[in-house]
Formats: sequence, structure tokens, C-alpha cells
Amino acid sequence: MRTLILLAVLCGGLVSAGCSNIEPWVKPYERANLASEVMKLDRNPVSGSYMNHVHESREGARGASGSSGGGCGCN
Amino acid sequence: MARQRFSRLIAVALAALVLLPAAHAQVLPDDRFDLLYHSYEGDQITITGPSLLARKKIGQKVSVSANYYVDEISSASIDVRSYASPYTEKRNEFSLSADYLVGETILTAGYTNSDEQDFEAQTAFFGVAQEVFGGLTTVNLSYARGWDEIGQVTDPEFFREADRRLYRLGLSQVITKNLLLTFDFEGITDEGFLNNSYRQVRFLDANDARGYRFQPELYPETRTSSAFSLGGRYFIGAGPSAIYANARTYSDTWGIAAWNAELGYTYSLRSKWLFDLSARHYSQTAADFYSDLYPFENAQNFLGRDKEISTFTNTGIKLDITYDFSVDIFRFLDRGTVNLSYNYIMFEYDDFRNIPAGGDPGEEPLFEFNADVIQVYLSFWF
Repeated sequence: MRTLILLAVLCGGLVSAGCSNIEPWVKPYERANLASEVMKLDRNPVSGSYMNHVHESREGARGASGSSGGGCGCN
Repeated sequence: MARQRFSRLIAVALAALVLLPAAHAQVLPDDRFDLLYHSYEGDQITITGPSLLARKKIGQKVSVSANYYVDEISSASIDVRSYASPYTEKRNEFSLSADYLVGETILTAGYTNSDEQDFEAQTAFFGVAQEVFGGLTTVNLSYARGWDEIGQVTDPEFFREADRRLYRLGLSQVITKNLLLTFDFEGITDEGFLNNSYRQVRFLDANDARGYRFQPELYPETRTSSAFSLGGRYFIGAGPSAIYANARTYSDTWGIAAWNAELGYTYSLRSKWLFDLSARHYSQTAADFYSDLYPFENAQNFLGRDKEISTFTNTGIKLDITYDFSVDIFRFLDRGTVNLSYNYIMFEYDDFRNIPAGGDPGEEPLFEFNADVIQVYLSFWF
């Protein structure tokens, strides 16, 4: 565990040192398209949470889909 | 062992996150209110109810949100039709969470309670989100802990518990001024009573007139799973519009391996209408201990005949329509939308048989059904 954290700190330091001078390759004034309504990842949080619940209640797989958790209501 | 592995992963990611160059101001989520009505119909199950979300900033540093969600369930599902009686029940879920802006980082903590007549689930969660590299990368880390209490309507003395831990790592990355990529990992470990307290498995019995009988299912008391997903969204000028896709792989210690993929298109018309059309396909293999029909009673240490752990696929198509209207009636409201969503899903099972359809044991037709999922909701920003 200690070794892993040490490695992480070392890697993080290297990343930090190497990237501290990186200029964002997409400038703030070039982000109008990314800010568009059609590009939003979680435009409707209530609806997204409900659809995750619909899928996870009926499928064996779970996780990595932004689910809100809780019971399944499917006993 | 799995928990230690996930803990190490989170520790490493946290250490790296702390050292990444943060150079972009984080923004708390918008204040909003959503009122949704949902309806699911499939396999002779109807589930309806409301969901209400309210989110509000308190000062410049804190945003709080509350969500109330209800499932009104009326079920005569394939399991019920095979060996039980139709039932109705209600599930209430209440969530509270708070976001706290600290420098360039947003800390989130929350609690969810889900309550049914025979099942209570509590989940506490904590997360960290930070934008780095001039706002081109967003890193999310979160941990959740869940406690389930399982009962039985038919036996007031029945009481079991289960314990869950969830570890999540998410990344979103701006690639170009038109392309955004996302990556997510989630590891989950469960321990305790993990099967349904009512569900039965069936086994061959030549002495029974049907040729088979039922006994309660029995699952392993631990389960560990890993899921990875990769997604992308690309801006197209016309409309404007965007295409998006995502894929996920999944595996767990019960032997279930799954994948799913989704492809969608979002189109904005005159800044008033938004149309979103998407298709999703899901496929999984069965758990190692699953069987539709065991050769005899207590044939294995673990027994399961839940169609959710069988081999199956589902394919869905979904259409969302949003109309954006200006809100002139109340001055404190900035904007409102009315939304309609329809999703049609087809389920096809490869080793789960339709017992009520009849036939020799193990020779009944394979089960399949279609589901309609409808959502109607209003959203307001203030």
C-alpha cells in the first residue's frame, strides 16, 4: 500500500511538473460548441437517473453508468 | 481482497489528483426544479410514480439538492405467474446531497434511503470533482457505502442484511473544440444476503404431476464486480446537433460477463425544440450457478433462477422531445422545459423458459417480452 501511494505521488509529481506549462489546446473562447445544449452529458438528471434504475433493475451488470443506487423495487 | 484493491486504486487516484495542475474555476450546478412522472409496462408488470428534484445554491460555495422518488408496483411477472400470486407494493426513495466548492474542487456528500414493505436500503456517498489542465479534463472520484435490510411479507420474523461498497472513478476530456470523451470505472463489492427472499428455483421430480418442483434460491454471500465505460460526443454544426456513443464492459465473481453499447443523435431546432433519438443493445452471460431446471433438489451449493442472472440480450430504441419555453408568469424563474420520453425495449432470453406457456419440463418456449417506458416531465431553472 505504502509503495503504491509513493508511486502515485511520484507519478503525480512528474505529471504535475511536466504539465504545469501545458497550454489548453482548446482555448476558452473556442468552447462555444462544447457548451451547447446538445453537448451536455447530463442534461436531464432526473430522467437519466430513472433510466439507469430501469436498466439496473433488469440486467445483471451494474455500475459505470451514473446510477443513484437504492433498492430495486423489483422483489 | 477486492475491497483492498479498490481502496488502493482510489488512494492512488486521489494522490495523483492532488498533484495535478488545477487552473480552472469550478462551477456549482444550476438551481433547478424537476417534476417527473414515469411509467414502465412489460412482462405484466406496471410501475408508475413521480420523481421530484430540487437543487438550490446557498451562498457562493454550497449547493444542496433533494430528490423524492416513488415506484407504485403492480406485478404479475413471469415468476409470479409460474409459482406465486400477483401483488402490489410501493417503494419510496428519498435522497439529500450537498456540493461544497473548495478552491478548484467540488466536494459532494449525500444520503439515500429506499423503503419498501420488505426491503430497506440506505446509501451514504462522498465524491470529489476537479477540473484540471485549463478545464479540459474533469476528474471525479467517489465512494459509497450501502446497508440493506431484507424482510418477507409472509414471515414477519424473517430478517437478513447485506452490505455494499462502491468505488467510482470518472474522467471527461475535451479532445477538440467539437469532441468530448468520457471514461468511467466502477467497482462494487457486496456481502450478506444477496438473493431475493421469495424467488424459487425449479428442479426435476418424476413424482410430481408436472415433472418438477420448486425450492428457494440460494446465492453466494459475496459478489464483486467491475465495470468500465467509454463514451464520446461530437458536435455537428447543423441544427446545432451532436452524435454520441458509449460502450461498457462488465464482469463479476458470479461469472456474469456483459457488454452494452449505445448510439444517439441530438438535434436542436430554433433553440426551442430538442430531439434526441438513441438505440441501445445489451448482452450478458449467465451466472455460473444459474439454471432454468436443476436435475434434482439441492443439486448445487448455490441455486439461482432469476432471469436477471441468465443469458439474455435486450435492445431498445428511445426518443426524447424537449420544448423550451420562456417563463413570464413568475419572475423568479429563468427558463422552463416540458419533456416527453418514450423507450421501447425488447428482451430475449437464451436459457430462461416460459413455464406458464406449457410443455415438457425444460422444453417450454424460451421467454421473451417487450417493455414500454414513458416519462413526462417539467424542468424549471431559477
